[in-house]
Amino acid sequence: MARTVIAGRLLQIAIVLGLLSFASYALIGLMPGDPIELAIAGDPRLGPEDAARMRALHGLDRPLLARYGAWATGVLHGEFGYSRLFAVPAASVLWPALWSTLLLLGCALAIAAAGGIALGVLAAARPRSGPWVDAVAVLGQAMPSFWLGILLIILFAVTLGWLPAGGSADDGLGLRFLVLPVATLAVANIAAYARHTAAAMRVALSEPWVRTARAKGASGPRVLWRHVFPNAAVPVLTIAALDAGALVSGAVVTETVFARPGMGKLIYDAIMGNDYNLALLALLLVALVTMLATLAADVAQRVIDPRISA
Amino acid sequence: MRFWLGVSLLGTLVAGALTAPLLGQDSAAPDLFNRYAAPSSEHWLGTDDLGRDLLTRLLEGARVSLAVGIATALAASIIGTAAGLLAAWRGGVVDALLMRLADGMLALPALPLLVVLAAVDPSVVGLPRGQAASDMIRIVGILTLFGWVGVARLARAAALSVLARDHVRAARALGVTEARLLMRHVLPALAVPVSVATALAVAGAILAESTLSFLGLGIAPPNPSWGNMLANAQELVFSAPMAAVWPGLAILMAVAGCTLIADGVRAR
Repeated sequence: MARTVIAGRLLQIAIVLGLLSFASYALIGLMPGDPIELAIAGDPRLGPEDAARMRALHGLDRPLLARYGAWATGVLHGEFGYSRLFAVPAASVLWPALWSTLLLLGCALAIAAAGGIALGVLAAARPRSGPWVDAVAVLGQAMPSFWLGILLIILFAVTLGWLPAGGSADDGLGLRFLVLPVATLAVANIAAYARHTAAAMRVALSEPWVRTARAKGASGPRVLWRHVFPNAAVPVLTIAALDAGALVSGAVVTETVFARPGMGKLIYDAIMGNDYNLALLALLLVALVTMLATLAADVAQRVIDPRISA
Repeated sequence: MRFWLGVSLLGTLVAGALTAPLLGQDSAAPDLFNRYAAPSSEHWLGTDDLGRDLLTRLLEGARVSLAVGIATALAASIIGTAAGLLAAWRGGVVDALLMRLADGMLALPALPLLVVLAAVDPSVVGLPRGQAASDMIRIVGILTLFGWVGVARLARAAALSVLARDHVRAARALGVTEARLLMRHVLPALAVPVSVATALAVAGAILAESTLSFLGLGIAPPNPSWGNMLANAQELVFSAPMAAVWPGLAILMAVAGCTLIADGVRAR
């Protein structure tokens, strides 16, 4: 892919992030839990003039644009400020949470893609299994992932007692804690991959070069995997790129169900705990990672298929 | 076949929601001597941690979820169709701006943004706090902000293909006004893609509403919704595991029903 295209996309990502950060910054002013009012309510010796002094001290009496400008300049210089909820610098909360979420997303994506592609190929190659795979795909897409998570907790944590119902390990990967969240997120996404793989494989199977390959005596599996699958892989990657946002959204809910400390739970806890600086930073970080993942899937798609240009 | 399967799934839920008052149970009245009751002839699905009838709450939740889903989808369809039509008709800068906006919104993870939006104090826009109706209006508003994008893209693609056809050019050459051209020739051609997008938007809105309510940012208890019933049920997995089954099953039915209807309309 041409460098200019990637540069254009990076510019677009920067613009979206800029707009998103301003919109969220403005919205946060509309949320309950003004820090100065909380401080006043917490100490009976403070009066209205103290409130005015504190507002002036923290620059809260300045216009919105000036405040946003100061905040954005700080962030661009790497000053992320403090988290009120955790009482530590925001950066020291953000990076472990990001790592935890990426681990969850990576495992779930690998399993969902492998399982979904296998199911989709099966549906296309064995037409009689098609309706069953379609039915599973509709059910999988309609199933709310938090419900699946609760059902898995009831089965594997409450009834059988094999796995923990939530939380995370203090050190290491914590595989035991990873199994149920990954399964929840993977099942929720297998359906989309199965559906799109099946559709793309059916299109590719009807191409004339498939007949040619068969006429030349290529075996069934060889035609399927050597000729058809690489052509079907491109639309599936397109879906992967488009679904990055949905996958991240799924991770937010899954982390909340399993009380797993990741970006999703961090955003949720920060909003609930009136920790708006942390919420804003976490939201922007998640948006940035999602858009970069989409870009990466686009680039991969163009590398695989040289026919796509521009 | 898919279409009718979807219609029957949704129809069951709608019928249940409409007949809920006939069960003669009060969904809000606690009955602390009758907590976690097993299914019986009086409480068909049993009772929850406050002794409230689960079936009645489930069906009242259906009203909330279906109303939010349909209202969001209608609002998103109207805005999305208008935006898509405008982009296709005007072209140029308007088209580029609207579609870049749509691209940007699609690239973002929706749920973290919804969580942030849902935390905004509703009294800022003049909605009273803590009432079921104002919760519903708030959720519909937030979900519509995201819902129009999918409709707009589909409507724009369909409108572009119609606007390039010969009969539209012929109508223009005959001196038909632009407004009449759009209403008579372009809009009817959008019926199928827009209705598919609307059905999918209902499904998406029901899922999103239940997710927000599950997270405690949607419909606030004690008003029942499938999402907050599931949040409550998660705390009761040891004492009443079946309470977690029914609301999820209802969401599954509603979303699968809408998806099947969309599939069916598309295949025709």
